[in-house]
Amino acid sequence: MEDKTIDKAELKSAPETPAGPGGERLFVTSSPHFLNKESVPKIMHTVVLALFPAMAASVYFFGLRALLLYVICIGACLATEYAFQKYRKKPIKIYDGSAIITGILLAMTLPPGFPVFGAILGSVFAIGVGKQLFGGLGFNIFNPALLGRAFLMATYPVLTTTWVEPRTVQKAVDAVSAATPLALMKFEGKLTPVLDLFTGNVAGSLGETSAIAILIGGLFLRYKGYVNWKLPLGYLGSMAVFSGIFWLIDPSKYPDPLFHLFAGGAMLGAWFMVTDMVTSPTTDLGQWIFAITGGIMAVVIRLFGGLPEGVMYSILFMNAFVPLLNKHTRPRVFGAVKAKAE
Amino acid sequence: MGHKTFDRGIHPSYYKELTASKRVESAPLPKTVTIPLQQHLGAACEPLVKKGDLVIEGQKIGDVKAFVSAPVHASINGKVKDIELSQHPGGVRVLSVVIEGDGTAKEWSGAEIDLNSIAPEALRDAVREAGIVGMGGAAFPTSVKLAPPKGKAIEAVILNGCECEPFLTADHRIMAEEPGKVVWGLKALMRATGAAKGFIGIEENKPDAIEALKKAVGSTGIEIIVLEAKYPQGAEKMLIKAALGRKVPVGKLPLDVGVVVNNVGTAVAVYEALNYKKPLIERIVTVSGNGVREPKNLKVRVGTSFEEVLGLCGGITGEGEKEVLNGGPMMGIAQSTLSVPVVKGTSGITVIASGKIKPEKYDPCIKCASCVAACPMGLMPYRLGDYGLKQMLANFKDFDGQSCIECGCCSYVCPAKRPLLQWIRMGKFFIRREAQRAAAKANNNKATS
Repeated sequence: MEDKTIDKAELKSAPETPAGPGGERLFVTSSPHFLNKESVPKIMHTVVLALFPAMAASVYFFGLRALLLYVICIGACLATEYAFQKYRKKPIKIYDGSAIITGILLAMTLPPGFPVFGAILGSVFAIGVGKQLFGGLGFNIFNPALLGRAFLMATYPVLTTTWVEPRTVQKAVDAVSAATPLALMKFEGKLTPVLDLFTGNVAGSLGETSAIAILIGGLFLRYKGYVNWKLPLGYLGSMAVFSGIFWLIDPSKYPDPLFHLFAGGAMLGAWFMVTDMVTSPTTDLGQWIFAITGGIMAVVIRLFGGLPEGVMYSILFMNAFVPLLNKHTRPRVFGAVKAKAE
Repeated sequence: MGHKTFDRGIHPSYYKELTASKRVESAPLPKTVTIPLQQHLGAACEPLVKKGDLVIEGQKIGDVKAFVSAPVHASINGKVKDIELSQHPGGVRVLSVVIEGDGTAKEWSGAEIDLNSIAPEALRDAVREAGIVGMGGAAFPTSVKLAPPKGKAIEAVILNGCECEPFLTADHRIMAEEPGKVVWGLKALMRATGAAKGFIGIEENKPDAIEALKKAVGSTGIEIIVLEAKYPQGAEKMLIKAALGRKVPVGKLPLDVGVVVNNVGTAVAVYEALNYKKPLIERIVTVSGNGVREPKNLKVRVGTSFEEVLGLCGGITGEGEKEVLNGGPMMGIAQSTLSVPVVKGTSGITVIASGKIKPEKYDPCIKCASCVAACPMGLMPYRLGDYGLKQMLANFKDFDGQSCIECGCCSYVCPAKRPLLQWIRMGKFFIRREAQRAAAKANNNKATS
C-alpha cells in the first residue's frame, strides 16, 4: 500500500450517460413518484352530482321556476368567475366545478319566486366579492353562496322572505305567499308535521325543503370520502342536543329536535355548507369546535333571534373563526414533549 | 383489521403481487462493478487500493477512522480498473472504485457459531468490519446503532419487516425464504446491544413470511408483531409506536426510548458476516414497476449497474416518460442515468412508465385537510409547504417542519397535486443553510477577534 491520498483534481470523472435504453432521457422528480387519483375538479364535480337529488326535488315541488333559478345562478356564477380570471390574467378554470357549486347552493337558498335580476346580482356578489376578491378558489374566508345570500337578504329583505307553497299542496285559492315552517313556528307558534319536512312538502327556499333528497346527496358524498363526517355530525348533533334541552324544559313553547333538524336550511347547511372544504377548519379539534358551535348558534338564532332561520348566519359567523381555529388547534406533533403542549 | 398500527398514514396501491411470490434469483456475476466509497450516512471512506491492484471478493477496499461510517468491500474478484468520481444513486457524485472482474467467484459458507461464545464488543466490531449498514434504504451504519452512548440501556431490538413501500418485496422474500437467518441475526443484534427482548414487525399482507418466521422463532421468546398494512408503517418511529406503544420524542432517537430498529435484511447480513465471514457485498433487490418487462427479486452484487440489473429483467418497457427509482415510489430517488450502481441501501429498482408520472401543474390549496389527516407525524403539511416555498422559516419552525420524516403521504393525497413534500424539503434545506451560515459567521468572528 503506497500512497493512499489521491489528488481529487486529477481524478478522471466517469462520463455521464444521461440516457436510458436507446438513448431516451429519464424523467427526474422528487419523491413521492406516486400520487392518488383525486383532483380538485373531481371533488367539485362529485359535489355537483351529490346536489342533483335536492335539485330534482325542488323542481318537483316548485316547478320550472326552480329550474330557471338554477340556470340563472349557475350561468351568472360562471360568467363572473370567467370575467375575474380574465381580468386578473389568471388561467381560466371555470370548468373546475367550484363556481357551479356556488351557483347551485345560492339558488337553493332563494325562494322559488325570487326575481331573475336579483339572482344574477347575488351570483355576481357571491363569486366576485365572496371568492375572487379574496384570490379565487381556496382563498376565500366565507362560503361564497352564503355570502351571496346574505347580500341579497340585506338588499331585498322582502323578496328573500316571500315564499310560495309547493305545487303539491292543494289550496282553494292560488297561493300568493306562504310562510315557512320556521316562520310559522316562530311567529305563529304552529308546528309543521315532520313527515312533510322530511319529504319537502313545505314552503321554503329551493334547497331547504326536502331533507331526504339532501340526505341522499350528503351520504353519497360521505361514501365518496369528500365529506368529513365530523362536520355534519357535529353541526346536526349539537343542534339536536341544544334544541332538545329547551324542548325538555318546555315542550309547549319549544319545538322538538327533529323539527329543528328537518326544517329550514339545517340539512342543506350541514351537508353542503358546513362541509365546504375551503371555509372549514383543517384540524380535528378545530372541526369539532366549528361544527358544534355553529349548531348551537343556529338554534340560538332560531329560538331567540329576530330571524326565523339561523343556519346561514351561524355558518358565516363560524367561517370567520376558521383561521383562528386552525392556528390554535394544531394537531399534536408525534412525540411532542409535554412542556411544549401545556 | 384489529392489527396494531400508528395514527393516520395512507393506503396506497401496493402492486406487490408483481414480485411477492417470486423466489429470489441470483444475478449472474457482473463483468465490472462500480463501488462507491460512500454508501452510508456518515463519513466517506478513503480508498485502500489503487489503480491496477488485484482484489479478491470480500477484500476491504475502503475505510475511514470516523465512528459514523462503514467500510466497503470488493464484490467480485478482479483488478482495480479505475478510481473515479461517478454517479451515485443517492443523486450525488462519489469517489468510486471500478473493478473489472476475472469471472471467478468465491463460495461463502460456514457453520453456525455459538453466540454466547462471542463478547458483545466483538460482535459490534465484526458488524462494522463487514461494512453492514441499514438495508431498508437509509443505510445508517449498523455498528453505530449497536453502540448506545453510556447511560442509555437498550431494552428491545425490533426487526423491521414491514416493507410498506409499494412494489418492494425484497424483505418479504428474505423473511419467507431465510427465516432462520433472520431470527439468528436478531439474536446476535440482541446480544450486541444487551437487549432482553426481540420483536419482528411485519405487515399483515405477508402471510407466508409471518408463517415462516413463526416456525423459525419457535419458543425463543422473540415476539412477532403483525401490523396493519399501511404506509409508512416501516418508518422507525411509526414502527416503534405501533409495536410497543412508545413514542420517540421530537428530536430524539429510538435509543432514547430503549429501542433499536434494524431491517430484516440487515439481520441476514449480520448472520452471514458472523458465520460465513462474508462482508456486505451482495443484497436482494426488487426490480419492479410498470416499466419493467419481467419484475423479479434478484440477489445482486453491490456495484452492479442499474442498466445490467434491468437487463436481467427484460429491460425497460412502456411508452413515454419513464422514471427509474432507487427504492420504491414513495421515497425512492429518481435517476438521471442507468449507469449508477446498486449500493448497500438499494432495496429496489422501480421503473414507472408514463401514465403514472406526476402532473407538472398544480391547483390552489382548497384546505381539504387530506394532508393533515394523512401526516403520520401530526403536522400540517399544507402550511409547511407554503412556508417552505416562501422561505418563511420562522413559521416553518413554529409549525415543527423539522419533524417531517419525508414519507410523502401529504403529496400523495393532495387533490390539488401540490408538491408539498418538495416544498417542505426546501424549508428544511433553507433552515440547514441558515444554520451553516450562522456557524460560519461565528467562526469568522472568533478568528478575527
